[in-house]
Amino acid sequence: MTGLLSLRNVWLEYGDKVILERVEFDVAEGEFVLIVGPSGAGKSSLLRIVLGQEQPTRGQILLDGNPMPRECGPDRGVVFQRYSVFPHLTVLQNVLVGLEYSRAPLLARLFGAKRKQALAEAREMLDAVGLADHANVYPAQMSGGMQQRLAIAQTLIMRPRIVLLDEPFGALDPGIRGDMHRLITRLWREHGLTILMVTHDIKEAFSLGTRVLTVDKRRHDPHAPHRFGSTAVYDLRLDRKKREAAEAEASAVSTAGKSEKL
Amino acid sequence: MQWVNVKPGRRSAALMGAIPVAIVILTYLIASANRHAANPADKLLPTPGAMVDAMSALILHADPLSGRLLFWADTAASLQRLGLGLGISTAIALLVGLVMGLLPVVRASLAPLITIIAVIPPIALLPILFIVFGLGETAKVMLIIIGIAPFITRDIASHIGAIPAEQIVKAQTLGASSWQLALRVALPQAMPRLIHAVRLSIGPAWVFLISAEAIASDIGLGYRIFLVRRYLSMDIILPYVAWTALLAIAMDLALLWIGRKAFPWAQGERR
Repeated sequence: MTGLLSLRNVWLEYGDKVILERVEFDVAEGEFVLIVGPSGAGKSSLLRIVLGQEQPTRGQILLDGNPMPRECGPDRGVVFQRYSVFPHLTVLQNVLVGLEYSRAPLLARLFGAKRKQALAEAREMLDAVGLADHANVYPAQMSGGMQQRLAIAQTLIMRPRIVLLDEPFGALDPGIRGDMHRLITRLWREHGLTILMVTHDIKEAFSLGTRVLTVDKRRHDPHAPHRFGSTAVYDLRLDRKKREAAEAEASAVSTAGKSEKL
Repeated sequence: MQWVNVKPGRRSAALMGAIPVAIVILTYLIASANRHAANPADKLLPTPGAMVDAMSALILHADPLSGRLLFWADTAASLQRLGLGLGISTAIALLVGLVMGLLPVVRASLAPLITIIAVIPPIALLPILFIVFGLGETAKVMLIIIGIAPFITRDIASHIGAIPAEQIVKAQTLGASSWQLALRVALPQAMPRLIHAVRLSIGPAWVFLISAEAIASDIGLGYRIFLVRRYLSMDIILPYVAWTALLAIAMDLALLWIGRKAFPWAQGERR
């Protein structure tokens, strides 16, 4: 299995402090990988490395077999826990802006027929996350859950190779979180996404993912707690097919065909 | 009820704001009337009537020497200097502040210089400006620019620097280049702050303007105030001071209004 994303012996050190050591794993296309671990274990650092926001001190990261560029780019989408949307743009503009960046390098604004086309795409994306009725409000006027829906729509419109989620539902009410789980599961299926998501909620990890990676320290020196870093200690592939097969029986045949592929 | 929870309504707030102003005016009127009762030729606290007489000469009647309506000529000259100074400062500050706030390389190379310029008392530079630029308009406008541009620049730079890293990363994952980031992320978020900073700079800008006009000028509100001081003409000084205050308030309100209309997303909840 050739991975979409491969981490090869990745280390992250701040001076003497070892945050991550010998992290090795591959993510295949279509996987929904959840990263769990105790707080401070370096889950978010790992995600930032894949994102390109931080550089590993050692090791190699391959995206589609090629070494990953040393900065963030449109091949990796991201949703953070907070501050993921632009406060000065309306909901529709927030989704539109990605298309404008890629299609209008100089002004980052589209006009005429191109704008119409982009607007239609943006509206479709908003519809997919259930924000079609809120196109013209500013993010500050929306609840936390709606802001995260917007952040997801904003990310997905760029069709990134891999979607990185950093505790995206951590600040939401349990009820809203359930809605968001259904939303992200549906989008993952419909758009054939590859997702890498960090969470501290183990229950969330096992209910959402097709695979759970546990990041923790293998060795611990009580006299030098930073001597050893975390690595992927458990790599559990969850058999989601069984559960989905049961769901699929109840729903249409086409859905069953899709879930077989997973 | 706790004092922090007592909130005036719209009308009572306006009334409460008007009372102290009314008291100050009333106190002046009483003091002025008292002094004139003792000495009808008193020049220190002129009566409103005396002020109207003195001012109408300047507002309505052309000066026999220059043929100009002095009050309006003074106002126009001062506003032109102030407008040029504020406008150029704003443009420089926005450009430099934006680039400084966004690009760590530029911040590292420019921040010390701008801090040094900002801590020099601008009035201390006035002689240099007069020597370098002569006694004309340039020196006066330059004083305003040197006085306020560093302040606005630093404010904009720190505001842009405080945009959450998540936003900058997010824009890059959406494919934004540094240029597009400046144009679509940093610039729009700098604008409300810019208006705020310019509002705060109007006061200092007037100080620098009046100082420059007082020292070397032949027209302008500051020039007139310092000129008639020689004759103890409080009946002209006081209305001129009130007029500068009025102009400053009008500018402030205009900027406030523009900020509210143009950037509705930046109007946070007020307590």
